[in-house]
Amino acid sequence: MTEEIIIAGFGGQGVLSMGKIMCYSGIVQGQEVTWMPSYGPEMRGGTANVTVIISDERISSPIISEYDTAIILNQQSMDKFESMVKAGGTLIYDGNGITRHPERKDINIFRVDAAAEAAKMETTKTFNMIVLGGFLKIKPIVKMENVIAGLKKSLPERYHHLIPVNEKAVNRGTEIVQEIQKA
Amino acid sequence: MKELRLMKGNEAIAEAAIRVGVDGYFGYPITPQSEVLEYLMLQKPEERTGMVVLQAESEVAAINMLYGGAGAGKMVMTSSSSPGISLKQEGITYMAGAELPGLILNVVRGGPGLGTIQPAQSDYFQAVKGGGHGDYRLIVLAPNSVQEMYDFVETGFDLAFKYRTPVMVLSDGAIGQMMEKVEVGEQKKRLTDAEVKERCPWATTGKDANRERNIITSLDLDPHQQEVFNHKLQAKYKEIEKNEVVLEEIQTEDAEYLFVAYGTSSRICQKSVQLARAKGLKVGLLRPITLFPFPTERLKELGKQVKGILSVEMSAGQMIEDIKLAVECNVPVEHFGRMGGIIPSPEEVVEALEQKLK
Repeated sequence: MTEEIIIAGFGGQGVLSMGKIMCYSGIVQGQEVTWMPSYGPEMRGGTANVTVIISDERISSPIISEYDTAIILNQQSMDKFESMVKAGGTLIYDGNGITRHPERKDINIFRVDAAAEAAKMETTKTFNMIVLGGFLKIKPIVKMENVIAGLKKSLPERYHHLIPVNEKAVNRGTEIVQEIQKA
Repeated sequence: MKELRLMKGNEAIAEAAIRVGVDGYFGYPITPQSEVLEYLMLQKPEERTGMVVLQAESEVAAINMLYGGAGAGKMVMTSSSSPGISLKQEGITYMAGAELPGLILNVVRGGPGLGTIQPAQSDYFQAVKGGGHGDYRLIVLAPNSVQEMYDFVETGFDLAFKYRTPVMVLSDGAIGQMMEKVEVGEQKKRLTDAEVKERCPWATTGKDANRERNIITSLDLDPHQQEVFNHKLQAKYKEIEKNEVVLEEIQTEDAEYLFVAYGTSSRICQKSVQLARAKGLKVGLLRPITLFPFPTERLKELGKQVKGILSVEMSAGQMIEDIKLAVECNVPVEHFGRMGGIIPSPEEVVEALEQKLK
């Protein structure tokens, strides 16, 4: 199994952390992982994206031009990455702020309105965990218990009291994800 | 039980420095390697092992602190990115000239000048051909994963002390910034003063009554003696070329075409090999892990086996010169690369092979 994922949105949405938690979860279950962020001027206010690869085998290129899954959290990222999903691949997006919805017919499209859902939770910072829940419902490449183990590893201990809120958010994500189109 | 971490390349090299018992790190921040210094500061190595971590007033100061520390037989290292490494060149040639061990990390970014902050491999010439003035070489190690960033700290210091020479780890912004799984080693103790004296009888560790004083210098005003010293240095480099070549081969057994790439480009080429083979092209990859010494002998052999070689490097084509020397015109050699901080895609590399060599 090799899953090549791009996660893209605004800086501050938790794009990079979501990727990190996926990687930690992969390590917990004995897989190879790479996490390749965009770094540079775009980090300082603008779009942020990270390529995450989780695989049972040694990972070759950390930089790729086609993805199995794109997780898209703003319009700029939709414009940039919709065309880079492999035919038959998966696109997951949050409808918040999206003015042009995905148009391709040869990919599976899912929507998870995490921003709206996060507003109803104790803290809106769980936004990225809701998205992650949606992704894992569609592609259960890492087990839920390993996500929690991954969270424990990626969060400093002083934030460990937030793990239950995050777990709740991941579970909420699995409930609210909707299928828009099957390729 | 082995301890696994998820780390950036820059963090891995910093953690390795603490764990292998490095005595001192001297650096100055520059993107894309600032995490090395940041991570070391956060870890408080002065409490973990007694290691000194210092932000120097400049790159020039940092490399001269290495000269001082190494002169006392200590394990010392610095890191920077391309423009900062240029500033360090004077100190590096002095270290080579004074036969001082030390580890220098270059997390290469696009150039020339201040260039960009994105990954590049355009400092190959500077790293393997000298960089500073005078007839000297560095041992140059080229990691292509975060694990190797970790591992090459110990490898680098072993070589540096074995040959009394500065060693460079030539990385790039992609390997510095990306995170991967890393198996970290046991914490080793820093050497005691007595152990340093034993390992480095040449070092300025305090003169005993029963030996001559040690002098650390790269200056000799007598040209005849300086020539004798130069011959000694060259003999050392020959010895390094004989003993220390390290390389990795992927699917070269039946290869009709060959990619040669190091660092990030070699990761991209691994995927390009898969893509090319799916198209029916028998392609292999040779990855030099040491850039000096360069895997000349093996390339010469492969040059007789394959129909063409594509050197893939994020530069205008620097390593290609060493490949051409190695294969002695027995086979066409072409270069493909992107510049200025652009990373080529695996597909682009395959296309380049088809256009340039088929």
